Amino acid sequence: MSKRATDPQILTANRLIDGRVVYWQGAGWAESLAEAEIFDDPEAADAALKGAARSVAERVVVGTYLFAVRLDEGVAVPVKARELIRAAGPSVRRDLGKQAEGLFSPPPVHAQVRHARTTPGPARDPFDVSI
Amino acid sequence: MPLIKNGDWADDEFATVADDAALPEGAVIVSLARFEKERAALLARNARLGVHLAAPQSPEALGEDVHRLSVVVLDFPAFKDGRAFSWARLLRTRLGYTGEIRAHGAFLVDQLAHMMRVGFTAFDGDARITPQALASALGEISYRYQPAPDGQKTIRQLRAR
Amino acid sequence: MYRYDEFDARFVAERVEQFAGQVARRLAGELSEDEFKPLRLMNGLYLQLHAYMLRIAVPYGTLAPRQLRKLADVARRFDKGYGHFTTRTNMQLNWPRLADVPAILRELATVEMHAIQTSGNCIRNVTADHFAGATPEEIEDPRPLCEIIRQWSSLHPEFTFLARKFKIAVGATVHDRAALLYHDMAVEIVKNAEGRTGYRVSAGGGMGRTPYIAQLMCEFVEREDILAYLEAVLRVYNQDSRRDNIHKQRIKILVNAIGAEEMRRRVAREFEEIKAQGYLRLPQEELDRIAAYFAPPKFEPIAEPVAEYEAARTKDKRFADWCAHNLAAHRAPGYAIATISLKPIGGVPGDCTSEQMEAIADLMDAFGLAEIRVSHEQNLVLPHVKKRDLPAIFARLSELGLATPNAGLVTDIICCPGLDYCDLANARSIPIAQKIAGRFADLKRQEEIGELKIKMSGCINACGHHHAGHIGILGVDKKGVEHYQLQLGGSGAEDAAIGEIMGPGFTAKEITDAVERVVDEYLRLRQPGERFLDTYRRVGMEPFKNVAYLEQLHAAY
Repeated sequence: MSKRATDPQILTANRLIDGRVVYWQGAGWAESLAEAEIFDDPEAADAALKGAARSVAERVVVGTYLFAVRLDEGVAVPVKARELIRAAGPSVRRDLGKQAEGLFSPPPVHAQVRHARTTPGPARDPFDVSI
Repeated sequence: MPLIKNGDWADDEFATVADDAALPEGAVIVSLARFEKERAALLARNARLGVHLAAPQSPEALGEDVHRLSVVVLDFPAFKDGRAFSWARLLRTRLGYTGEIRAHGAFLVDQLAHMMRVGFTAFDGDARITPQALASALGEISYRYQPAPDGQKTIRQLRAR
Repeated sequence: MYRYDEFDARFVAERVEQFAGQVARRLAGELSEDEFKPLRLMNGLYLQLHAYMLRIAVPYGTLAPRQLRKLADVARRFDKGYGHFTTRTNMQLNWPRLADVPAILRELATVEMHAIQTSGNCIRNVTADHFAGATPEEIEDPRPLCEIIRQWSSLHPEFTFLARKFKIAVGATVHDRAALLYHDMAVEIVKNAEGRTGYRVSAGGGMGRTPYIAQLMCEFVEREDILAYLEAVLRVYNQDSRRDNIHKQRIKILVNAIGAEEMRRRVAREFEEIKAQGYLRLPQEELDRIAAYFAPPKFEPIAEPVAEYEAARTKDKRFADWCAHNLAAHRAPGYAIATISLKPIGGVPGDCTSEQMEAIADLMDAFGLAEIRVSHEQNLVLPHVKKRDLPAIFARLSELGLATPNAGLVTDIICCPGLDYCDLANARSIPIAQKIAGRFADLKRQEEIGELKIKMSGCINACGHHHAGHIGILGVDKKGVEHYQLQLGGSGAEDAAIGEIMGPGFTAKEITDAVERVVDEYLRLRQPGERFLDTYRRVGMEPFKNVAYLEQLHAAY
């Protein structure tokens, strides 16, 4: 997974019992990206990842890893589309997943624009693939 | 090492000897490389002999000598490496080997029933491989579709009764 | 269709409890995730982006109404009310809880269904021509052999921990509707010079990172020897395949590394031995016994033309359009094969709601249709429909949103779940397919374009068969941003070919325009009677490449 050394990171996993996406929020696992602890320091992030081995051993979660985010007005926006989709749910089924359960708020407009790598403009759907 | 034979714990009467170690008295298991190098001497010893085959090594390399062996050890470097299932089968059906086929390595309880079917008779695995686990694994699926070296009746044969 | 006897039923029931035990051991910590993963995969259970995914086997794509109802039921009770039909003719649930999977499997077992070997490094669910038993073209119904292979491969003691997955397909017609030569092993039912029926076996096909067309292993295997031959191929594969590099462990790599000739020699040696020992001989009585389950329904003698059907076509343009595209010739006069498209414009290719599944099952009961098929093109097929019932069936399908008249047309896009669901994906595929389908939504335009198979995958694993698309689209990740490569000239039919990569990828914004320009260029270049594929084969990549990149070219100036 490519990430710039300077990007802050978030620790994520899937819950063993039901597979749901969870984020490390300092004292345990949260379901919403907004609650995730943001690691500015790569060493702290790595330490948290190591520490998560305990949650794996206790069969709470599986598949722990770090992913890169960028901060926009203090809000963490995943660098990769994959993590945005994991945080929200399928982009083709807005009625399903965290986006339908009040567990996902769309990133701020600036962040979306940056993610989509287009010129700034009016508020856009973060998943929009239309022209 | 804990060893399971005939469904129960058994003493390992064989010493597994490294390629560069001196041979002790009595029954030994050596690698294929050592067997090929010291074949005459090994076969001339007045003691039982076994060969430990690595996962990529076909038992065909043993040729007719296989009938002079008391045990063939087949290796599972990882449980996902299923080559030994075919090697065991080949030992039984092509080479006609009737001695002990011993599984060694990282196999799982969930593979034991398949291993018994293709001809394994002894198990040298991790702490979870116990006689109880073996008995339970063998009881999980009562019927089988394929003919195999264990000679168990297939579903087609049972249907024909 | 096949019905379980006491042995099959107990086998599946015990397999369910075996898996329930594995789940319990995982939850109790007796199995690590590394150890559990291959065990759960062998029973069709993945961990995807948002949740677990359960892949339920639909052996050779055949379902009875009660099975369709059960799929609807488990999708509603244990999932989110829909299922996804795949290019392997299976059905996937996208949101099951691990703890619920044993209960789901127990439910499926009540209607003779399971998830055995829908994933993992073992012999996978066997697929067949979705027109089997109904098309006038075939030598015989391939499904009895599929069922025999299903039984032989279920928990095969020797071949359950192969180097990689192993997919087998069976066909019986000159027209290949099952992408036979893209399988690890393809079995074609053929007649030899003496008029005897037997099997032509090829091996080493596959898609993924390194696509290959299968190579001929044996021109004619006698009926009674087919299991011996399959076992021989599998044994050579299990013994000789690489195990040191996951990307080089499919049989296609072995066949191409040692060459088809050497592969044939090794297989022949095993085959002769197995044959001589006789333990896998398939007696004609067994073939007949299984074939009897697949006996076609008693076809009524119906004279053509069928007045009600012809009248409805004249009267109702929408019905006429649907008939023109979604019906295929049937072996019996007065009957037709009807494709239910799961590709509504703007929908998710292959998705079907519980309500739709139940309504289709009701419709089948109402019209005396005992079975339905899942096609590798992610559609459903009613194999034996009386033409006089078609107007009523069409009306009901229309109400259900299942009467899109696009089978085989440019909007009938094969599409994997992609990054919207899949852990392996690099890019989304569904929204691109939706966008392309929307662009070509006009039926007149689709008819003008004619047969054009667009196939799209969200990663190199090629679940969306992009290598075999007349136009193939592959989603890739370019520095965290989704990009799409175009491939042209692939085919999964009897003229199997691997598509050629056009060049650098397109962004999500550009790809639809690029596809449209390629299609328009075909319309400009084609000669009378040519499909897109024919024109491509005549003129090559260059003209299409010249138009596809126009946008980037303009942007550069």
